[in-house]
Amino acid sequence: MDLVKFVEEQAVAKKEVPAFKSGDTISVHYKIREGNKERVQIYQGVVIQRNGVGATETFTVRKMSNGVGVERIFPINSPNIEKIEVNSRGKVRRAKLFYLRALTGKAARIKSKRV
Amino acid sequence: MSGIIGKKVGMTSIFDAEGRNIPCTVIEAGPCVVTQVRTTEKDGYEAVQLAFDEKKEKNTTEQLKGHFAKANTTPKRKLVEFKTFEDEKSLGDTVTVDLFAEGDFVDVVGTSKGKGFQGVVKRHGFGGVGGQTHGQHNRMRAPGSLGASSWPSKVFKGMRMAGRTGGARVKVQNLQILKVYAEQNLLVVSGSIPGAKGSYVIVDK
Repeated sequence: MDLVKFVEEQAVAKKEVPAFKSGDTISVHYKIREGNKERVQIYQGVVIQRNGVGATETFTVRKMSNGVGVERIFPINSPNIEKIEVNSRGKVRRAKLFYLRALTGKAARIKSKRV
Repeated sequence: MSGIIGKKVGMTSIFDAEGRNIPCTVIEAGPCVVTQVRTTEKDGYEAVQLAFDEKKEKNTTEQLKGHFAKANTTPKRKLVEFKTFEDEKSLGDTVTVDLFAEGDFVDVVGTSKGKGFQGVVKRHGFGGVGGQTHGQHNRMRAPGSLGASSWPSKVFKGMRMAGRTGGARVKVQNLQILKVYAEQNLLVVSGSIPGAKGSYVIVDK
């Protein structure tokens, strides 16, 4: 596998991102290109998982949008991510928070950690 | 058309200029040695035989040792003939990944992973018969009718049925070369290619 790692190191630029875990609420500043114009969209939600390692790592952010649950998967090294902001640290007991999909409203709250 | 022999290393994904995440396969290709040049006068057809991957001398038969000695090279594992090689090659020449440039489109030939004895749903993409409800059972992955009865009174040859799946020669066309690392003899092509990690593949230009 070291040759695959070599390609990943050469071809994928590692990004500096703040440390965040599942349960944290983050804002992802994502670059969107429309024709020739480029603008930044902010996507805020709860991280429900971090998947994979190294160059191909991704994370999933879930939010409620007009009463509908929306999940977006971002590659952590994506050049389209301008910035990641950690809004609050969540207190959770597992690494994958898929149980949130079945919960809405008050039940879907996550206790925030005291920093 | 010219090509090179390689080995599938594994898959990963990289980002293109627009920031899209492109799945890609890493191939360790070459350096290959020309071990024989077939000519119309002598063999009746034109081709170039390439050899790839080192092999121990003690595991090589005397006949093959002589074959490799003619090209003045060490024993190799995999020998493949390429018809109509673009530029002239002579015995002992090496072919490396320099043959390819980033952005080229290539075809990759390999042996697909063996799947064993499989039914028609996996093997030929049949839909099965009927549904899950209305009292049906055990028809979900069945092949259905094999043909009419008294005429023709036989099952036509080539009727798609269950059987050994995979392990066949498969060619994937029009894969773009995303990266070339000449020092490490590596090619990175977009998408997936047939075969398991470590299996031999032929990259055709």
